[in-house]
Formats: sequence, C-alpha cells, structure tokens
Amino acid sequence: MLRYIVRRLVWAVPVLVGISLISFLMIHMAPGGPISVGTDLNPKATAETRARLEAYYGLDRPLYVQYGRWISRMARLDFGDSFSPDGRPVAEKIRERIPITLTINVLSMGLIFLVAIPIGIYSAVYKGSLFDRISTVFVFTGFSIPTFWLALLLMILFGVKLGWLPISGIGSLEYHSLSLTGKIADRARHLLLPVLLAGFTGLAGMSRYMRSNMLEVIRQDYIASARAKGLPERTVVFRHAMRNALLPVITILGLSVPDLLGGSVIFETIFAIPGMGQLFYQGVMSRDYPLIMGILTIGAFLTLIGNLLADVGYALADPRIRQG
Amino acid sequence: MSGSRDIGRDFARRLLRNRLAAAGGLVVVFFFLVAAFPALFTSQNPDRIDVANILRPPSAAHPLGTDDLGRDVLARVVYGARVSMKVGFVAVGIATAIGLVLGLLAGFHGGRVDAVLMRFVDIMLCFPTFFLILAAIAFLSPSIVIIMAVIGLTGWMGVARLVRAETLSLKERDFVAAARAQGAGDARIIFRHILPNALAPILVAATLGVAGAILTESALSFLGIGVQPPTPSWGNILTVGKNYIEFAWWLSLFPGLAILFTVLGYNLLGEGIRDAVDPRLKGR
Repeated sequence: MLRYIVRRLVWAVPVLVGISLISFLMIHMAPGGPISVGTDLNPKATAETRARLEAYYGLDRPLYVQYGRWISRMARLDFGDSFSPDGRPVAEKIRERIPITLTINVLSMGLIFLVAIPIGIYSAVYKGSLFDRISTVFVFTGFSIPTFWLALLLMILFGVKLGWLPISGIGSLEYHSLSLTGKIADRARHLLLPVLLAGFTGLAGMSRYMRSNMLEVIRQDYIASARAKGLPERTVVFRHAMRNALLPVITILGLSVPDLLGGSVIFETIFAIPGMGQLFYQGVMSRDYPLIMGILTIGAFLTLIGNLLADVGYALADPRIRQG
Repeated sequence: MSGSRDIGRDFARRLLRNRLAAAGGLVVVFFFLVAAFPALFTSQNPDRIDVANILRPPSAAHPLGTDDLGRDVLARVVYGARVSMKVGFVAVGIATAIGLVLGLLAGFHGGRVDAVLMRFVDIMLCFPTFFLILAAIAFLSPSIVIIMAVIGLTGWMGVARLVRAETLSLKERDFVAAARAQGAGDARIIFRHILPNALAPILVAATLGVAGAILTESALSFLGIGVQPPTPSWGNILTVGKNYIEFAWWLSLFPGLAILFTVLGYNLLGEGIRDAVDPRLKGR
C-alpha cells in the first residue's frame, strides 16, 4: 500500500513541474510578454505597477533564472499583488474566497454520490423498465442542458414567480442578527440552487456510469454462481454486484474536480456568490493578470490533489490496484 | 469491395433502427440547414433595430418576440445557429487533429515519446478547462476565431488518449504484422491499417465533442467573454434575457431551447453511432 502511494506521489512530481512550466510559459507567450499584458491592456496600471512587475518577474535575468524564481514563489503560494485598486496579495484574496467554493463543490459531490448511485443501480437491475427509460431521458437531458440556462429558469420559477428561494448572494441582509439555527437555515436556502445546479451535469454522468458498471458486473460469472447457489436477489445485487460496481466511481469523483471548479465560475457569477469562481471571472473581466495566473495554478493543484486522493481511495478499496 | 459496402449498409441500418439516434440525427440536420440557409427560416434581418417595438412578446410579426433593441428574436436565434455550428465544427476539428497526431505518435512509437506525450496530457488535464479557456481569452480579445481556437486547443486530450489506446491495441494485431511482413512502411501501416480501424471511436468522440464545444461557446458568450454583440449567438441573446428576466421570458426561453435541442441531437447521434459500430455496447 505504502509503495503504491509513494509511486503515485512520484508520478505527481513531473506533473507538478509541468503545471508550473505551462503557467510560466503562458505568461511569456502572451503577446508583448508579461509587462505589456499587465500594463498596456490594463488602463488602471500605472508606471509604478510596471516597475513592480518588472522587479517581480526579474525580466532582465535569463529565462531559466526567471523560471527558478517563479517556481520558488509558487512553492510559497506567492502570486504577487492584484492589479485591482486595493492591490492586495493574490494569495490572500484567493484564501478568503476558497472556502465557499469548496463547500459548494463538496456538497454537490455528496449530492451526486447519494442520488446517482441508487439511480444507476436501479436502472441496471431493471434494465428496459419504465424507470430505466425515464432515467435515460433524464441523463441525456442532463448532459445536454446548458446549466446556466437551467439556472435562469429555476431563478424565474423559485425566485421570481414563487418567491421561495433567494436568487443571489450567500446570506440575507439580516444574516448577522439571526440565531445559529436561523443562520444555518438562511445559508442553506441560499446554497440550495447553486449546489443543485453545480451537481446537475455530474449527476447525469455519474448515474449513467454507475448503470453501465452495474451492467458489466452483473454479466460476470461470480454473479451467476451467487445466484446459482440460491442467494436472495437482494444479497446478489447489494453485496456482490454493487460493491464491485462502486469501485471505479471513486476515480470518477476525483476526476470531476476540474469540471466542478470550472462550473463554479458560471454559478458564482449567476448567483453572485463571493467564491473563487466569481473572483476569477472578475479577474478576467478586469484583466487582473496575477490573479488569473494564481487561480489557474491553484485550480491545477486542487485537481492534482483530487486525482491523488482518488487513486489512494481506489487502492484502499481494491487490493488488485495496489498490487498491480 | 462489396464487403465494405455491406458493412456500411449494415451500420446505416442499425443507426436508423435506433430511434433516439435517428431523432438526434434529424435534429442535427435541421439545425445544419438553419445555419446554412437562414433566409429560408426567417425573412427578418437579425440586426435591424426597431425602437418602436422593444421587448414585444411573441406575435404574428415576431413569432419569438423582440429584444431590448426591437430586433426580431427568431432571426437572431436563426443566425445564432451559424455561430454555434461554426464554433462546434472548427473547435472539434482542431482538437481532433491535434489529438490524432499526438495519439498516433505516442501509441505507434511507444517508449520515451509515449511517456513524454502522455505526461503532457496528464498535465493539461490538471488545468480546469474552463479556467484555461477564460485565462487565454483574458490575454487575447474575445472573437469567434479566438473562441474556436481556444476551445480546440484545450480539448484535444481525450482524443489523444483514445487514439493512443486504439493504436496500441491495433498495432499488435496479426494484420499489421502481415502488412509489415509484406514490406509495408510505417506510413502505410498507419494510414492504411491503423487509422481506418480507429475511425469509429474517433467519430463518436468528435460528435460528442461538438455538443460540448457548443455548450462551452454558449456559456462563454452568456458570460460576455465569447461571441460579442451585435453578432447574434445563443449565449449572448441569453445574456440580454437575464437582464429582463422578470418581464421578457421569451428572451430566456427560446435561445436556451435551441442550445438544448442542438446539443441533445449531437449527444444522441454520438451515442447512436457508438451503438451501431459496436452492438455489444447497446443500451449502456
């Protein structure tokens, strides 16, 4: 087990270097280089910013020295100062915004897991049934619907027409005067739609994936022999088939991290949620260049961590992996 | 070569027998016609501003209503199809071309080339694609050409992995060994023996890829960093719809339906092709 984990960590090292190299190259391939991108395109940049940038990137040094400095800054999560009027360190801004984004993503992952797994199992066991056909339609719609449009429709329905749910922000104006339970209820009402929508596409994908895993497992010989020795169907489905069909799902949850992070840009912008996605969107709109690079790099780190966790989780669950 | 024609006919029959796939194909053909011959579907000019008829609900003169500048929404949705189709096809074309070349290189050569290329794929997959696209657009200015290029350049990794896996398994087959024994060179083996056999899964990936690219373009345009007005795109009509969400539902409903149906069409068609190519996978 330990050897497997070490091997995955060793795999992560070149990937980490690659991430830093690509983000470094992106700065230098941008038309006019980092200074021009940072200043010409940004009307708010002053001569002072220009000087600060030049010092920050050390542009008078050879390229490999510049890259070395970039790496050592990244290792310390130092992404420089934001171009926005407050000029605060990018790392600080990201740190403030990351908890809410991660909360929403973890909640929607939980939702995906809890809803998609039963749907997938049930569709596979009763393949061709009415339930299976309805869930297939749901799956294809889930894949095909633009989630920002679904967000608009749900905002019209629950926010405007019915008035049941708030349509922006993460707390009411009177949030700070509420009791603890009131606070929790208020936060939950604000997060309900974003969590639902963030998980929607993943929900469709995961239930389809679970269904096809189940179908694959049910065909195996050991399922036939479990049935042949007279085990009740419940035991066959839940103990023999489901356990094996669940294994690859762990990997898929890990792989869904980049999609969820990318999606957070859309939801946080639509619902005015002050998370990392909204911060990134604001950065793109104002060409806040250090901020963009900072979030891009952090996003890649988080994805890498998600992948590693998924690998380790898979290995814990399936002995064949850690030996193979 | 009656054998290959039979296979083709068999494939077409299986595709048509799959009702969902056939429906998907019809939808795709329909939006293709809309994009190619917009004048057949609307007589209105999508850019004609009419300040006397702002935000009018659907009527005989304007079947899908008008927008905040009095422009005909049907005309804008019809001409928006051009943008979606163009972006979908060009972006997927770029992604498929890159994925094909890198996947073939990695799978065919193996060894160090393979290790380096696949590590590069791992690295690219670590960047959330939507973040990469947004970052690239922040450097360059948003335009249709940039959008197509950026979606294509960030979407080739799946194709590369797929082509590599196909190449790895195909190059070990007996017919490749036989061709080599007859003195066929690398190029001949790749183009005559490996590529034709790997075509089906690539076609499936490309069809599903068009669906994804159309969704991405519409999201970018909706966020105001994709196709820029006054050029109509389904995404940027929805941006206007969001601003008038409380009293002009038709601005939010119709462009969204257009996206949903187009993307659904490509997804069903892609799944249908997969089933028709490999009947063992049917219904999964």
